[in-house]
Amino acid sequence: MALPKYTEPHYRIWHYIYLTICGAVFFFLIAPLFVIFPLSFNAEEFLSFSDGMKRLDPDAFSLRWYKDMIYGTKNPWGLAAKNSFIIAIFATFGSVILGTVAALGLSSRHMPYKGLIMAVLISPMIVPLIISGVAIFFFMAKAGLAATHTGIVLAHIILGTPFVVITVTATLSGFDHSVTRAAASLGSDPVNTFMKITLPLILPGVISGGLFAFVTSFDEVVVVLFLAGLENTTIPIQMWTGLREQLSPTILAVATCLIILSTLILVTAELLRRRSERLRGINR
Amino acid sequence: MSSETKQILTTDGIPLEVSLKKAEKKNKIKAFLLVAPLLFFLIITYVFPIGDMLFRSIDDKMVTQMLPKTFKAMENWDGQELPDEEVFAAFHEDFIKLVEDKREGKLSTQLNYTKNGFKSIIKKLRRASKKFEEGNYKEQIMSVHKRWADVEYWRAIQRRAPEFTGQKYLKGMDMYVNQEGKIVSVEEDRRIHRVLWLRTLEIAFFVTVFCFLMAYPIAHLLATLPMKYSNLLMICVLLPFWTSLLVRTASWMILLQQQGIVNDFFVGIGLVADDNRPEMMYNKTGSYVAMTQILLPFMVLPLYSVMKTISPSLMRAGKSLGGTPFVAFWKVYFPLTIPGIGAGCLLVFILAIGYYITPALVGGASGTLISNQIAFHMKSTLDWSFASAMGLMLLSGVLVIYWLYNKIVGIDNIKLG
Repeated sequence: MALPKYTEPHYRIWHYIYLTICGAVFFFLIAPLFVIFPLSFNAEEFLSFSDGMKRLDPDAFSLRWYKDMIYGTKNPWGLAAKNSFIIAIFATFGSVILGTVAALGLSSRHMPYKGLIMAVLISPMIVPLIISGVAIFFFMAKAGLAATHTGIVLAHIILGTPFVVITVTATLSGFDHSVTRAAASLGSDPVNTFMKITLPLILPGVISGGLFAFVTSFDEVVVVLFLAGLENTTIPIQMWTGLREQLSPTILAVATCLIILSTLILVTAELLRRRSERLRGINR
Repeated sequence: MSSETKQILTTDGIPLEVSLKKAEKKNKIKAFLLVAPLLFFLIITYVFPIGDMLFRSIDDKMVTQMLPKTFKAMENWDGQELPDEEVFAAFHEDFIKLVEDKREGKLSTQLNYTKNGFKSIIKKLRRASKKFEEGNYKEQIMSVHKRWADVEYWRAIQRRAPEFTGQKYLKGMDMYVNQEGKIVSVEEDRRIHRVLWLRTLEIAFFVTVFCFLMAYPIAHLLATLPMKYSNLLMICVLLPFWTSLLVRTASWMILLQQQGIVNDFFVGIGLVADDNRPEMMYNKTGSYVAMTQILLPFMVLPLYSVMKTISPSLMRAGKSLGGTPFVAFWKVYFPLTIPGIGAGCLLVFILAIGYYITPALVGGASGTLISNQIAFHMKSTLDWSFASAMGLMLLSGVLVIYWLYNKIVGIDNIKLG
């Protein structure tokens, strides 16, 4: 954003102050994440930069915490990762199917009580997690699903669907309904029309909703804390216990892996968003 | 002209109006059937359980059912002086039954919520009751412990007679019903919940303000920069947004600890002495800093999406009409961003007011919020009805904001990323 040549000096100064402020805020946002990276390669057990690391001495860096993460006996990271992925994948599928179908109904102009129903469907996203946790725990305990994978998957479907509903309704808002009518007039039944016409067009929205649902489940700790038994431990629960008891560098190794994962998800989500906007004909 | 020609008929001979209504109804049902699976799933697994919380928070049947005869006998008691033999005998009968079922521990926990000091005297009564002789239970019970001869404790039992009670809600606001049946506040030094409510509001408010102050300039920069730069900078906003909450909290724990990088930096530039490093974690500062950074993307994204739609020519027009850049900004640009400000602020405030994980990890004792208290009662004291009551008090606050949000922004206008 270059300033025009005629800009008066005091506006020029103000402009640089503004840029400095922006820089500082961006630094505040992103820098904390990058602290974790180097520290996870620390050869020592401390969570600050050793003198060796400041001198970039190769001996000060090691992979021991990554080894500990994978082979360490004390930390059931393996079990936690397995559980996290299983739960997140099932929860994502559940959320995507329920959420997409509901979004199709919601974006029909014939939908009665749209506002009220939308409010109910979105509520798990708005209600503080701790309250959701208490309520879902009461339900799962009564249904005999506490401390089971099924219970946690159902809980995460509850928390994940609002994201799918929002992203898919947003995609459908730019959807040209005449194409489904065209399909119907050519003799296609509704299911076929959905699979062949609607779904391919709204797929970017569905997938990005699914990514939100996946991350919600994968990162969720409050509700799981109420629901999980020892067998259902997940990565967030392990991190939570680790952070509460003792901040060990192994956690930083796990955190680094999680940052890499979230970067991958971010890239996918961005690509999808751009594709979706291109399809919807939004010029940016 | 006959009446038939006035009506337009479809090819089947049915009036068009009827036919259209029928089709409309069919479409309505179709649309509803699509929403139905999720709606019913949520109603059963989510909306009803929240209603269940409401029920639990006022439900007080447990004690009513444990001491049925006592409460029946107490109906004639005016509560002024010690109850008479009839009440004591009934209480003894109920109590023996509870001991047989091994449920007297539950009774003591319950009564202890109403008045401290029941735990030990119920234990003593259990031991003594084995040797009780028939008749004159008043004397015998009173001789177990002097508190059993204290009318206050009997009044406390009487207060548990109703099946429903609002006392958990009063407790959540540090109030209780005193002997005269009036609602009063507890002593000033014991008002822990009010402190927590106020602190929750305070932290949520200031986190919202900090987020706004930080997000506004960068959202503006992102919206006005050319695409190729702003996409790169957008990653700085979106990467934290997609990163695990626990990872971000962990990074703040590393940064803010006493031997941490922020403190090292302050020592390095000579702001603080090496032996006098300030405590920046396990207090309010920790909660403020970490929560602001974690919630910042939720402010930037709605602001950005509104600013993106504001044409730059408006500012130029403002300037060309003689406004200084500041005037043009304040009179033209800022009012146009108000919808985004409303959306971002409400979103951040709602999220901050219910925050649990981050305050629990970096907040210490002075930086925890009402959510942490709810979790404490769910997991440690197991007073689930109190946890439910506080949860619903928090929820009603959030719903008011949610309603406002819906009025101002419209719930269908939430944008993600």
